[in-house]
Amino acid sequence: MSLNIIVLAKQVPDTRNVGKDAMKADGTVNRAALPAIFNPEDLNALEQALRLKEKHPGSKVTVLTMGPARAAEIIREGMFRGADGGIVLSDRAFAGSDTLATSYALNAAIRKIGDFDVIIGGRQAIDGDTAQVGPQVAEKLGIPQITYAEEILDVNGKDITVKRRIESGVETVKGKLPLVVTVNGSAPECRPRNAKAVQKYKYAAVPSEVANDEKKQEFIESRPYLKIGEWSAADVDADLNQCGLSGSPTKVKSIENVVFTAKEARNIENTDEELENLIIDLIANHTIG
Amino acid sequence: MANFYKDNESLKHHLNHPMMEKIVELKERNFADADKFDYAPQNFEDAMDSYDRVLDIVGDICGNIIAENAEEVDHEGPVVKNGHVEYAKGTERNLEACRKAGLMGMSMPRRLGGLNFPITPYIMAADMVSRADAGFENLWGLQDCAETIYEFADEKQKEKYIPRVCQGETMSMDLTEPDAGSDLQSVMLKATKKEDGSYVLNGVKRFITNGDSDIHLVLARSEEGSKDGRGLSMFIYDKRNGGVTVRRIENKMGIKGSPTCELVYKDAPAELVGSTRLGLIKYVMALMNGARLGIAAQSVGISEAAYREALSYAKDRKQFGKAIIEFPAVAEILSTMKAKLDASRALLYACSRYVDMYKIYDDIAKERALTVEEKKEQKYYSRLADAFTPLAKGMTSEFCNQNTYDCIQIHGGSGFMKDYACERLYRDARITSIYEGTTQLQVVAAIRHVTTGTYLNKMKEFEEMSVHPEDEAIKNTLVFMTQQYADAVQAVMGVDDTSFHDFMARRLVEMAGHIIMGYLLLEDVQRNEEFRKSLEIYVKYGQAQVAQHASFIGNFQPDQIKDYLYSEKESTQEA
Repeated sequence: MSLNIIVLAKQVPDTRNVGKDAMKADGTVNRAALPAIFNPEDLNALEQALRLKEKHPGSKVTVLTMGPARAAEIIREGMFRGADGGIVLSDRAFAGSDTLATSYALNAAIRKIGDFDVIIGGRQAIDGDTAQVGPQVAEKLGIPQITYAEEILDVNGKDITVKRRIESGVETVKGKLPLVVTVNGSAPECRPRNAKAVQKYKYAAVPSEVANDEKKQEFIESRPYLKIGEWSAADVDADLNQCGLSGSPTKVKSIENVVFTAKEARNIENTDEELENLIIDLIANHTIG
Repeated sequence: MANFYKDNESLKHHLNHPMMEKIVELKERNFADADKFDYAPQNFEDAMDSYDRVLDIVGDICGNIIAENAEEVDHEGPVVKNGHVEYAKGTERNLEACRKAGLMGMSMPRRLGGLNFPITPYIMAADMVSRADAGFENLWGLQDCAETIYEFADEKQKEKYIPRVCQGETMSMDLTEPDAGSDLQSVMLKATKKEDGSYVLNGVKRFITNGDSDIHLVLARSEEGSKDGRGLSMFIYDKRNGGVTVRRIENKMGIKGSPTCELVYKDAPAELVGSTRLGLIKYVMALMNGARLGIAAQSVGISEAAYREALSYAKDRKQFGKAIIEFPAVAEILSTMKAKLDASRALLYACSRYVDMYKIYDDIAKERALTVEEKKEQKYYSRLADAFTPLAKGMTSEFCNQNTYDCIQIHGGSGFMKDYACERLYRDARITSIYEGTTQLQVVAAIRHVTTGTYLNKMKEFEEMSVHPEDEAIKNTLVFMTQQYADAVQAVMGVDDTSFHDFMARRLVEMAGHIIMGYLLLEDVQRNEEFRKSLEIYVKYGQAQVAQHASFIGNFQPDQIKDYLYSEKESTQEA
């Protein structure tokens, strides 16, 4: 049985090597100061997708990302590892999206793709660390979800069996296709790029990347597998009120540098009184609330 | 996120050598595959870009997987279970990564599932794999054996076995036996022809690297009653057929992740490769030449690792209030290590380019008649490859041993402990000047090119090179060294005594090596200033070595050899 698999991926600034100019004064991430990479847990997700494809010959893996045209780089990265192709969801209207607007846009694109069995994404992205987009996409599509997956054990007919990592151990659960799976960083690492695939797909591009190069356009035209989709808000029939800044209730209030030092460690006794005091403190210093 | 390709600019420098344009165009037959295979290059730039990208994958896997596993693999090593080898867990992970990345059968043609890479970028991959884990290079590098199948087996065998290698099946070359090491003419493993024309193998092989591989090339005696190399033929044994078991694996000093096996053949079915009787004299010689280039790459990779370990320790380690690298005695060791490393790599890639040129011409000659001009080139490069292969294997493996020795010296007492990578590098290095022919045997292969003038002619060609004005002085030094070499060759060959020639052979070959490596670095500096320091240091070093050998030869009377020969009288005294 072949499957249509969509991998949700995000190009993120590499926050694992943050320097002092990583944030801008307005509280947003200074993307220019950090190298753009394939979000690590999305690579774990891609590996699960590729394994499913190996187990179910004829399956198709499509990488879907939202971002500027240069985010096509992670679609190519996906193709170098075994994905069949991908789509960049790219429009000025999507700029400034929070998780709600992002999941709305992704959901619109997935509806446009139409035919899908499994949607797999990383648990969370290393720039926002929210872990909200995957679950919200499932909600918006009205399909079930399995989070914190470590391994997709089996797909049989409409049944999927997934091993998931939970706080106290592992849990094996079953679900019905179609559904969303979010993959934990403890899942197997993604396979390396493949030498033949790299040579085959290195010229793959979205139209706006080659807009000024007729020779490249011609070459891509002659080899359709090099086409990476580039969809606008209109292409996916998105309601602009739910996109970008206007669709994003989340607002960054302020941002500050926090330097943790050992003396800030505090022991909290497991009593109602102590916990209440802690909650009051955390609300007072705006950590929560 | 280490990447052994990105962090080592010298690989890119050698990849971009001017000769590559010709190599690539010939290898790609003017890009005839461009529309036949979706991963074939369209033109020279496209091909170079592909090599660059694939080497980047290799660098990534080497830095993040193979090097990370190296220590664990060294400790765990392989084991024998039920007559077969189980690799260390890290080895399995390394192999899986290489398979997934499609890094097997790199030089094989596309129609058989390969990447159709020239030898030069393939050797660069071997260079990096060896830096990551020299023991793993043995398993991965044995894909070389596919070259022998490609060159000498029939079409059916090629189609049967080469795609399997490209898919990731491993290989081995089963040559050595308990009584046939350096002297392969004494191989006894028996090949018996059955009535249906097929063969079975019976006997024992020893010291077989990766001896439980999927596809073996086996040297066996097919001609009953024969005693020498002319009775030996080459066979393929397919593990899927069964018949060969691993009796034991050796407990070695180094390259511990690579299983060195004793094999027992019991009516093991085998296919003849090419013609009978040519097993040793033609096929194994070709196989060995490829393997020797592989060991040169392994040596360079270990040298690279040793230099980096030493450098980082010398920068970190503080004594007497400063980093030890600031002491001239330590700085000299390090800069000399670097010079030997750069010189080794220059020789390695010069050699691999020559091998590329003649092998590609050999292959083209199977498709069409070569032009007169092409035939001339084929002969020229074939001769150079033949001369440079033993030189490269000999020189780089000796330098690799010296560099790992010095790496431990830089570490001082800590280097003697098991806590640092340098002790593993030191153990791994030791085999490089022994297997695939000891340094002494490389000298035997190289001395022909001393006496027939291949090396001298190449030096004279180098003399014609135009250099930056500031390099004239160092070039003159090399010209002077060449004269010392030519005089020494004449002095030795002027004596009508072959044992005297043999006695002096290593000195002459080393002199040639130092001069050629000096010239190659001079050539590198014309394109890339980064090599200047190594050029200056290496030529200084080589100059002293050449003078030392010249002095030894000049002050030696042929009859003094007897002082060195072992006599029974001494042995009685010792007893």
